[in-house]
Amino acid sequence: MSERRAAVVAGHGAFAEGLVSAVAAVIGPAHGLMGVTNVDATSEGILARLRDAVTASGASVIFTDLPAGSCTMAARRLARTHPGLAVVTGASLPVVLAFAAGTPLEAAVASGRAALVLAEGGA
Amino acid sequence: MTLELFRIDDRLIHGQVVVGWGHPCDLSFFVLVDDAIAGAAWEQELYRMGTPEGMEVRFETVDGAVAHLAAYRADPRCGMLLTADVETMARLVEQIPEIRTVTLGGLHHAPGRVQRLRFVFLSPDDEARLRALAARGVTVAAQDVPGSTPVPLDEVLAADGSA
Repeated sequence: MSERRAAVVAGHGAFAEGLVSAVAAVIGPAHGLMGVTNVDATSEGILARLRDAVTASGASVIFTDLPAGSCTMAARRLARTHPGLAVVTGASLPVVLAFAAGTPLEAAVASGRAALVLAEGGA
Repeated sequence: MTLELFRIDDRLIHGQVVVGWGHPCDLSFFVLVDDAIAGAAWEQELYRMGTPEGMEVRFETVDGAVAHLAAYRADPRCGMLLTADVETMARLVEQIPEIRTVTLGGLHHAPGRVQRLRFVFLSPDDEARLRALAARGVTVAAQDVPGSTPVPLDEVLAADGSA
């Protein structure tokens, strides 16, 4: 069985809550993920939430939604003072799920990237 | 088109600004006015890396923004000027009478601030400065994203945060 590692998922609105619940639905509740929202928080407030979550969970990675989003900015600020803390932006269920299931981070990112496809041609 | 949007947002450049406003308004450049960030290379790199290709970010002190505003307004592209707090915007307006409209885009919870709207928390000093802007004839309204209805300053100051 693959080792499961801690990570923080952060984003707008209920993005993190939804993503964490989706991971739990697939691999069960022992997923090692902690969700953080940016709702009602200043940049400093988001940074504090992320710092608390990383400390509480022992996370080695923060997954965020938008590359330009406030959670990404805060995560990158936190990474400055936390050597070894990785930040992955543009997070989706495939990448977070792969990481939570024990896939090495770079491979998880690659699998998330590969999962983004135009499955049907559309108009 | 020109630099027409003047926004107070304590998150400065973030998702609502880059995507929410950037796409429908076809924004091509941001002028981020903050005396501390204007002297912090790493902070500038942080904001640049978060900005999509094709969007330019300029970093200015208040004095620099005053000096360069005419050039920004002459830019044929669409732009947005951002400050993280009311005080900085008020300092700009004092020196740049051409600023006639200011948007409260996001001032979130912090000690000493009272919630007025879902995305607007103000301190007594903030409110006094905003009233002073309005007294100068500046139109002040709260609007987080383009699809929401702007809330005039008098309604913002009368709100209790429940809306």
